[in-house]
Amino acid sequence: MSAVQKELSELTSREYQYGFVTDIETDAAPRGLNEDVIRLISSKKNEPQWLLDWRLRAYRHWLTIKEPHWQNAHYGPIDYQDIIYYAAPKPKTAGPKSLDEVDPEILAMFNKLGISLGEQERLSGIAVDAIVDSVSVGTTFKKKLAEVGVIFCSFSEAVLDHPDLVKKYLGSVVPYTDNYFATLNSAVFTDGSFCFIPKGVRCPMELSTYFRINQADTGQFERTLIIAEDNAYVSYLEGCTAPMRDKNQLHAAVVELVALESAQIKYSTVQNWYPGDKDGKGGIYNFVTKRGKCAGANSKISWTQVETGSAITWKYPSVILKGDNSVGEFYSVALTNNRQQADTGTKMIHIGKNTRSTILSKGISAGHGQNTYRGLVKILKSAAGARNHTQCDSLLLGSQCGAHTFPYIDVGNPTAQVEHEASTSKISEDQLFYCRQRGIPVEDAASMIVNGFCREVFKELPMEFAVEAQKLLSVSLEGSVG
Amino acid sequence: MMLQIRNLHASVGGMEILRGLDLDVRAGEVHAIMGPNGSGKSTLAQVLVGRETYDVTGEVLYEGRNLLAMSPEQRAVEGVFLAFQYPVEIPGVGNLYFIRTALNMMRKQRGLDELDAMDFLALAKERMKFVEMDQSFMNRSVNTGFSGGETKRNEILQMAVLEPKLAILDETDSGLDIDALRIVANGVNALRSKERALLVITHYQRLLNYIVPDRVHVMANGRIVRSGDKHLALELEKNGYADFEQDTAGGARSAAGVTS
Repeated sequence: MSAVQKELSELTSREYQYGFVTDIETDAAPRGLNEDVIRLISSKKNEPQWLLDWRLRAYRHWLTIKEPHWQNAHYGPIDYQDIIYYAAPKPKTAGPKSLDEVDPEILAMFNKLGISLGEQERLSGIAVDAIVDSVSVGTTFKKKLAEVGVIFCSFSEAVLDHPDLVKKYLGSVVPYTDNYFATLNSAVFTDGSFCFIPKGVRCPMELSTYFRINQADTGQFERTLIIAEDNAYVSYLEGCTAPMRDKNQLHAAVVELVALESAQIKYSTVQNWYPGDKDGKGGIYNFVTKRGKCAGANSKISWTQVETGSAITWKYPSVILKGDNSVGEFYSVALTNNRQQADTGTKMIHIGKNTRSTILSKGISAGHGQNTYRGLVKILKSAAGARNHTQCDSLLLGSQCGAHTFPYIDVGNPTAQVEHEASTSKISEDQLFYCRQRGIPVEDAASMIVNGFCREVFKELPMEFAVEAQKLLSVSLEGSVG
Repeated sequence: MMLQIRNLHASVGGMEILRGLDLDVRAGEVHAIMGPNGSGKSTLAQVLVGRETYDVTGEVLYEGRNLLAMSPEQRAVEGVFLAFQYPVEIPGVGNLYFIRTALNMMRKQRGLDELDAMDFLALAKERMKFVEMDQSFMNRSVNTGFSGGETKRNEILQMAVLEPKLAILDETDSGLDIDALRIVANGVNALRSKERALLVITHYQRLLNYIVPDRVHVMANGRIVRSGDKHLALELEKNGYADFEQDTAGGARSAAGVTS
């Protein structure tokens, strides 16, 4: 190992900094999954009968299907009876909660994560829904948003306060039969965020949800539903962390986006779940179904993701381009270090005329990390004049990691145009040396080069998030380049 | 003495490239290193800035300190600069940001505050005049999509901003047309000073019409075989390197003493 490699490998082995556990009194369901547990979850949330029925239908369907294993990742069997499906911080006061009543321990935990739930601090004008384990513990700026008609609350509240909207859109993009993990989520989902932007409203601030897994042995199954009516606009951010634990934890979320005529939804994720230790012990299995539907003409859905955490990431934020002239975008940075595995990409389903999609994927592999881009561009017969441009770039740091690309292209209309570009490169000794000769130490140089590689994606992120993503990338790289 | 090299050997993969090189350089002096391809000129440059590809023995004192014991980045912040023969592309990293980061590393070493983007821009604009660059260079990624001439000008711009004590120019003239050569040479000349030493490595005499050296050294087979003043370069232009290569091919002749 050369001196450079040694320094680089030290750089990439820095510790995960959100790995602490907070001691919160928790109300949890018994371990394991059966109809009683589902009934318990539903009753804890005072859900209407139709929702319980929907859950049970999903559960019964789930029992008939098998866990898929086609992804390019390897892991031991998941024992679904060894997971706790509902864990909630115990409320200290009964009755409706306001932000003033949130357990100080929880506020302290979020402060430690760098998220302020205190509205008076008005941090960068972002409204936050904070979710711990299975439930939402608080949502900021609700009143201010309500003044312009925007509904932003926890999913559980939405079920109670806006049942018609939930009933209309739940499962409309990701049906409960969609896939194994989405079906499981439909049966047991516990909370999540709900956003509704009415006709013609441009949401006055960024909306965000911060997910925190705290409790051991729990799975997090949240459900997010965002609806933008005609001519509405919203930018939504999602962040996540979890404590360091030896055992793997399952995170199987579902996100559904609906954009009506000329509506725009911009969804950004910075995913930093605990990735496991350097030998691959522990970490989150992040098996998530994210899909948006451009239901109306001229609508637009844009996914931007920065995936640096999780032991295994398996997700394909997708767009169904149903409305004519609608636009789908996917911008992704996925970094795998140590023993992390990522199989991620997107699906762009072109149905409407003159629909357009752009895919830009940047995969970075370090240590023993395995990084796979998997994407589908499907142009249906109806999608005359559809266009897609795909670019997949992989960057390898070291000689023991891997980058894989599986693009699927299915064109059913002769007037469509589909382009695919791919590249794989290594961070070169020459680049590193050039930086060092200018006085820039190896680790700064490596993170500068990697950030440069990701720049096209980062510029799609909201400003504060872009800065955060750059920092996160540098931290996640520590100990990996070789 | 700024730089004192004694009995420097360097090999790569068991093949010896530098075979006992001696050289003394004082502050304020410009030394030209000339020689045929494969004589070890570029290896000398790489070894001085700490490229790890080489096994190195011998002694190199920089301002009286052991240069060979320093890491590449330490040498850089101590004021040793190399204008690369083939500057590398760093896609996505803005040129302005890159040079500012480098400058702030130097400033940190000297106990100065970091320059923010605004102050740096003012400095960079002023220094860009040295090499007749316009601001569009600054917004592009480091060397990415630059022409050969542009990369070389960018190297000299970095030198102008970083203000090294010892600057090594490795075949900065190669691949330049006559206009670019003039621009680069003017930039270098503007940076000549009493405190700064320059080591100009070149294959051709042509560059030395613009950057007039105090001393000229001829390298062959890993050693300096002859040293003289600027007239030596003209002599080489006339007679070529053939004499020197023959002289040392058998290794019978000992390294010429350096008399600077």
